[in-house]
Amino acid sequence: MITVKDLRVVLSHRAIVSDVSFTLDRGDFLALLGPNGGGKSTLVRALVGLQPYEGTISFQDSATPVGYVPQIKTLDRTFPAQTRELVATALKKQWPWTMDQQCRDVVDKALERVGMLSKADEQIRHLSGGELQRAYLARAIISTPKLLVLDEPSAGVDMTGASDMLEIVEKYRKDVSATVVMVTHDWEIALHHATHVMLMKQVPISFGSAAEAMTDETIRRAFGHVGHAHDVMGGSTHHG
Amino acid sequence: MMSWGAPLTMVDFFTHPFMVRALVVGTLLSALSGYYGVFVVQRKMSFLGAGLGHAAFGGIALGLFLGVQPLWVALPFTVLVAIGISWIRRQTLLSSDTVIGIFFSVSVALGILLLSLKSGRSVDAFSYLFGSILAIDTLDIAATITLSAIAIASSLSLWGPWAYATFDPEAAKLEGIHTGRHDMMLTSLIALTIVVAIKVVGVLLVAAWIVVPAATARLISTSFRGMTLVSMGVSILATLVGLMGSWMLDLPSGALIVLVQILIFVPSVIYQSAKR
Repeated sequence: MITVKDLRVVLSHRAIVSDVSFTLDRGDFLALLGPNGGGKSTLVRALVGLQPYEGTISFQDSATPVGYVPQIKTLDRTFPAQTRELVATALKKQWPWTMDQQCRDVVDKALERVGMLSKADEQIRHLSGGELQRAYLARAIISTPKLLVLDEPSAGVDMTGASDMLEIVEKYRKDVSATVVMVTHDWEIALHHATHVMLMKQVPISFGSAAEAMTDETIRRAFGHVGHAHDVMGGSTHHG
Repeated sequence: MMSWGAPLTMVDFFTHPFMVRALVVGTLLSALSGYYGVFVVQRKMSFLGAGLGHAAFGGIALGLFLGVQPLWVALPFTVLVAIGISWIRRQTLLSSDTVIGIFFSVSVALGILLLSLKSGRSVDAFSYLFGSILAIDTLDIAATITLSAIAIASSLSLWGPWAYATFDPEAAKLEGIHTGRHDMMLTSLIALTIVVAIKVVGVLLVAAWIVVPAATARLISTSFRGMTLVSMGVSILATLVGLMGSWMLDLPSGALIVLVQILIFVPSVIYQSAKR
């Protein structure tokens, strides 16, 4: 279980995220939606400890590792490395100089879970966007975390890749009863997979089930219009 | 640099104390530059070598101006510039090349100004610009061995975090690696290596001396570990061949070392082009 209370992130004297409070139980799936620049990525960076914040974030089991799949923006695709080495960083906590058999076995098991074992020896620059995301997912789940945080995992990934990724995340969530927090622009995920939805625009606009959180009013407040929501939801949004 | 009328043998080579000094210093420094070069190349900071080389020139000029051993002034001066570059890069919106360019220009301007005020020292400055194995003295050996000891001790434990932060700084931060602190440490050690290496390769070529072996290694390596080892190997080989050539042909050591590096680099480019 994760509890967030009065979370606030200030960057350059400006509040990027404020007044965020929520509780998620094991097995819950929170979809974070909102306009670009609405503070979603900042919020998840605070959750995984990459962003200083005010307020409290508490885990029921403080020793529980957190798995994080970032937006693939900061990595160097020209770095000479194999997929297996990338995943091993989660175990070694640094770039591996060597890997013993035990480490290889654990890494290969994680790669197998995400359907990437055949790409273990592949240079990362040869991986597609979807494959790279799955390699990052393997790294994130290698220690079987009870909280898995994903920041726009389908960004830059084709539809098949995004669908495969979602399927793996869902299977993992069910297998280990993990809590999943996912930043996404995909309304289908919010409607059909998430147990909870939060609309964010610096502050939470709404939080609850998709039906509770995604009304005409909340969507208008978050995005300024309802157009796309109507398309996705078959012409009408939910009304709590 | 030496001129000889009679044919030279390897025995002649090792019987000259200055040559043995050059070999010891050259081998250690080239191993270090090959090691640090992979981080410079992979972090796309090749201009850093040029910037720190010219910062060292400013420090050397300051030492000559003050009439003290240039190394003692250039070492702290260049490390301070390295820390300044690293700090401003992280604290402002300015890009690396802009910040390095500013420090580069200031250091060169300072060096020219100080040397012009101290006439008669331009010959000393000349050997720093182009590198001279005759200029290597016992102080350089002591500095190189000390630096090598520090680098080897740190490298054993820091290669992994540095490599990880090079690949993905965000992910490295998530694993508890203090990327800012590590960046500053790495830049400072590169600065120290450059200052000590300037007598061998010269201010003008020190950037190439760091970058070319790592670039060569990048072309033929499939792992960062391999890249590091190949870079160190190429750097040592080129330095040894360049130093011997410098002695035999009476030519500037820095220029010969870099040209030998390029002789190894070109086939690597052809190799990778053929593989594509």
